[in-house]
Amino acid sequence: MTANQRPLSPHLQVYRPQLTSVLSILHRITGLLLGLGTIALVFWLMAAAGGGRSFKIAQSVAGSIPGRILLFGFTLCLVYHLLNGIRHLVWDTGRGLELPQVYRSGWLVATATVLLTVAIWFAGYAVAGDWFAGAPE
Amino acid sequence: MTRFRNDLARVRGLGAAKEGVQHWWLQRVTAILLVPLAIWFLVELVAHVGAGHREVVRWLDDPIPLAGFLLLLGAGFWHLALGLQVVIEDYIHREGLKIALILLAKFGCLALALAGILSLFYIAFGR
Repeated sequence: MTANQRPLSPHLQVYRPQLTSVLSILHRITGLLLGLGTIALVFWLMAAAGGGRSFKIAQSVAGSIPGRILLFGFTLCLVYHLLNGIRHLVWDTGRGLELPQVYRSGWLVATATVLLTVAIWFAGYAVAGDWFAGAPE
Repeated sequence: MTRFRNDLARVRGLGAAKEGVQHWWLQRVTAILLVPLAIWFLVELVAHVGAGHREVVRWLDDPIPLAGFLLLLGAGFWHLALGLQVVIEDYIHREGLKIALILLAKFGCLALALAGILSLFYIAFGR
């Protein structure tokens, strides 16, 4: 058997982290975290279906400081997974696979993720002022 | 050209499993669908930050956001189930446990998607 000569994927424990490998594992980690976030989204919908009282509880949980931190993390994960996912889809067409291009798109995704997430939260606060503080109903 | 198939696979000569591409393909199909849906979701979320219950009900009464949400949940949980399967296959090597976890992931995604979809219908048509 020549099994030990076959290519290995970059094991996290032994490989020196590089932009490429870090962004790659981040795609997986943010995907898993988005899965958890989507569970929360379903609970939020169930609370809304339950009526005004249960929805108010859900909104106060989401609007608490830990809730906001988690929501910020959710936004960050969603924006990253979305942008890096588009990067993957471009790769799937066979484009952008040269190493300099991979690094350029990688830095682009990383930078755009931070900027877009911050912009979304600025927009969110602009829309609602101090949202959640005391939404009527 | 590196030969990726191991000796046993070459001897058996069965080629690829034929259906392996289906998983890969559906992951991309749902991903493409989720690109506009995720952007729409983020925009709508920002527009409804801090909304009260009545406002949310009025929002989801409209067929367009309702359809968007339904698609988001459908494509999202499908995409999640496929992704979770890959992660489980990568890290869990005990056959029985692996199959059990994949089934758990798939049933879990199905149940959550169903709970979300029923909630949406209830919000839109319940009262």
